[in-house]
Amino acid sequence: MDVSFTLNGTPVRVEAPEGMTLLHALRGPLGLSGPRFGCGAEACGCCYVAIDGEPRPSCALPAEAVQGRAVGTVEGLGTPEAPHPLQSAFLEEQAGQCGYCLSGILVSAAALLERNPDPNEAAVRAALEPHLCRCGAHNRMIRAVLRAARAMSGASA
Amino acid sequence: MNLAFGFPMGQAGNAPDLPGSLRAAPRLSNWLRFSPGGTVAVTPGKVEIGQGILTALAQIAADELDMPLDRVRIAAASTPGSPNEGVTSGSLSIQESGTAIRHACAEARAIHLRLAAARAGVEPGAIRVEDGVFLGPDGAALGAYWTQAEEALLEVEARGDVAPKPASRRGVAGQASARLDLPDKVFGAPRYVHDLRLPGMLHARMVRPPARVATLAELREGPLPGDAAVLRLGNLLAVVASEEWAADAAAARVAARARWETRESLPDENDLPAWIEATPAQRTEVARQNDPSPPAVHTISARFARPYLAHGSIGPSCAVARWEGEAVEIWTHSQGIYNLRADLVTVLGLDAASITVRHMEGAGCYGHNGADDVALDAALVARAYPGRPLRVRWSRAEELAWSPHSPAAIADIEAAVDADGMLCTWRTVLRGNGHSSRPGRAKDPTLLSAGYLDPPFPLPVAIDAPMAGGGGGQRNSVPGYRVPSLDVSMHRLLEMPIRSSALRGLGALLNVWATESVMDELAARTGQDPVAFRLRHLEDDPRAAAVLREVATMCGWPRAAAGEGIGTGIAVARYKGTGGWCAVAAEVEAAEVVRCRHLWIAADLGEIINPDGAANQLEGGALQAVSIALKEALRFDRLNVTSDSWETYPILRFSEVPAVELRLIGPQDAPPLGAGEPSLGPTVAAIAAGIHAALGIRPRAMPFTPDNLAAAME
Repeated sequence: MDVSFTLNGTPVRVEAPEGMTLLHALRGPLGLSGPRFGCGAEACGCCYVAIDGEPRPSCALPAEAVQGRAVGTVEGLGTPEAPHPLQSAFLEEQAGQCGYCLSGILVSAAALLERNPDPNEAAVRAALEPHLCRCGAHNRMIRAVLRAARAMSGASA
Repeated sequence: MNLAFGFPMGQAGNAPDLPGSLRAAPRLSNWLRFSPGGTVAVTPGKVEIGQGILTALAQIAADELDMPLDRVRIAAASTPGSPNEGVTSGSLSIQESGTAIRHACAEARAIHLRLAAARAGVEPGAIRVEDGVFLGPDGAALGAYWTQAEEALLEVEARGDVAPKPASRRGVAGQASARLDLPDKVFGAPRYVHDLRLPGMLHARMVRPPARVATLAELREGPLPGDAAVLRLGNLLAVVASEEWAADAAAARVAARARWETRESLPDENDLPAWIEATPAQRTEVARQNDPSPPAVHTISARFARPYLAHGSIGPSCAVARWEGEAVEIWTHSQGIYNLRADLVTVLGLDAASITVRHMEGAGCYGHNGADDVALDAALVARAYPGRPLRVRWSRAEELAWSPHSPAAIADIEAAVDADGMLCTWRTVLRGNGHSSRPGRAKDPTLLSAGYLDPPFPLPVAIDAPMAGGGGGQRNSVPGYRVPSLDVSMHRLLEMPIRSSALRGLGALLNVWATESVMDELAARTGQDPVAFRLRHLEDDPRAAAVLREVATMCGWPRAAAGEGIGTGIAVARYKGTGGWCAVAAEVEAAEVVRCRHLWIAADLGEIINPDGAANQLEGGALQAVSIALKEALRFDRLNVTSDSWETYPILRFSEVPAVELRLIGPQDAPPLGAGEPSLGPTVAAIAAGIHAALGIRPRAMPFTPDNLAAAME
């Protein structure tokens, strides 16, 4: 069946056979590389995307489930020319090593700052709890999210 | 002065006096080439595995050439486009590759300056280099590296006669530098081999048997989704489709239609020490010293045990292969592209020249994960589709359960102090599988699927490097403390039911913990402060004493307990006995489970190229060690590994990550010693000591879970 939804603000349509997950669609016919396969069981956070603003795993979700909805990925947050404050903050804090987990973490962090522009450290940890990082860059990532929150509140004040 | 570091390497020996990897690949053009466009391409044989090595190597090149970092392009390693630097492992890349690049760039600079000087009629010493441009005594531009790029000046062998800059004159190396690879990763740009998309590319999945020892008895026919097809190679099954969803769906159907004859081959996971003791082994003496020792007054005798561990890469291993006639090109995140190629030669029956191996980044591997194995899978399956690029991506279950694992082991230690409270005797007996099944080192291949072909290749039992090469299971088994009577031996198992290979830290995970625990116990037995007791035995190793004193200051040692069930432990080790020094203090809180609340880390890594990168690596290693110490143990039954998901192999989560304070205190004019691994062993050890401070229990088995701690109380 055909599935139509908004991807990073742009309407898209894909043919979604039974067995095609949203992650398959994003990395396959839709040509993205940001959402990553980690486990296929919604247990590691690599594949997180925002569905109507809510961070959700995409690796086990049938593609047809996002019919008519808005899907956001790390590619939609910003670009090297116009980075999201989180992307700038992750670079300033050098918050990453292998980086494989970062796409999903940035999606969850952006959703957190949307609903809570001034999170404390505990709130950041809680928002990132679904995400695994094996390199041990957690503390840098927490600092980067807090830095981005400061930058965003400064910019909007 | 740069020391010649001892390391094994493929075709070493043609230039034995050159520094670092220049010995194996002395031609300067192996390492760098200038482009008329105003850049330099540097081609190391070491690879990016998330540790930031390419950034550090670029810093070294920029410094020696007097070029800004943005004119330096680091090429990903490939055969035959980069020198054979063996494996990117052992915290050795700055020593081996960095030293080579530093000297190669220094020589390249001198060669270029000689030519520019001769043409301008000035002395080479009168020329300055700024932004890669040669400036004469009057400040006039005399040319640049790139205006001389076409002259083939670097088609010469290194002579080793140009001294690199002294530490005091380096401007880029030694300064914190942003990672060159990180921007792609925060913008979701394609960078990993997982993201490689070639025209006409097919997607494949392997279908593994339900047991380590299994024969495919029957494969029922049935429809497959999309254009998926099934391929059988001996006892290997794969599915291939032009779209990834179809490959995943087909793999599930084929797995359900396959019937295997299986045989139990794995030991009892609940009594690994008994299995280890009963298994035939090869004994080697690691260290022995028989100086006269005073009589023993207090003796400690204890056994320390560790389980099998998984690398736990966040991205399952992946590779792409494409055959053209009887030649194959492979894109891989292997840590050793030439070593991988050597095993592919054996399995595929090709000559080396017919195999091109190109490195692309994967997720962090932390040692020998499935990267090499999946490269063979891709080559085997793609052979059935000539001309078509074919991508194999492992499942989470394959990555956790079928990758090589870090082997279980036991350490029996008996040590004693004399009437003055000084160590007098130390005896350690280690038992376990070897820590290397890396490819390219034996007659037979070590790659997983080679063992399931028809006929199968016999996969060699894992080995351990000798101590001169850093050791494997015996790594850090020789205490860094002065002791007159010393006897350390290792029994490497000669059977390998679970494929074992290198995980970050190797034997240091067990051995540093065991050694430091015994030191703590001897200190306690004789009423000495554990830090003071260690310092009494470190007079021959002032840099170890320095990091220990530093971390004691950082954490406010001796720390009073912050509350009931809270305690702090401290530990120190020099990684491999030849690498970086690292001391760690850990504050733990024991409630229903043990948590690590705070880590303090002090390290002396000698020269540091990128201080921020080194700090990132040390902290990352320490956090991986927190996870290993408190949570990790590979589960299996008699047929197969059952830790095949994050539910069955849990690792540290954000809510469990301790605060970390870290200081680097090494001298910048000393040789670089590597940052990736020194913090793991001391972190495990400090957590164990913290548990004792909190609960009065000496942990005897990893991980330090309630069950294992309860057993230690008995």
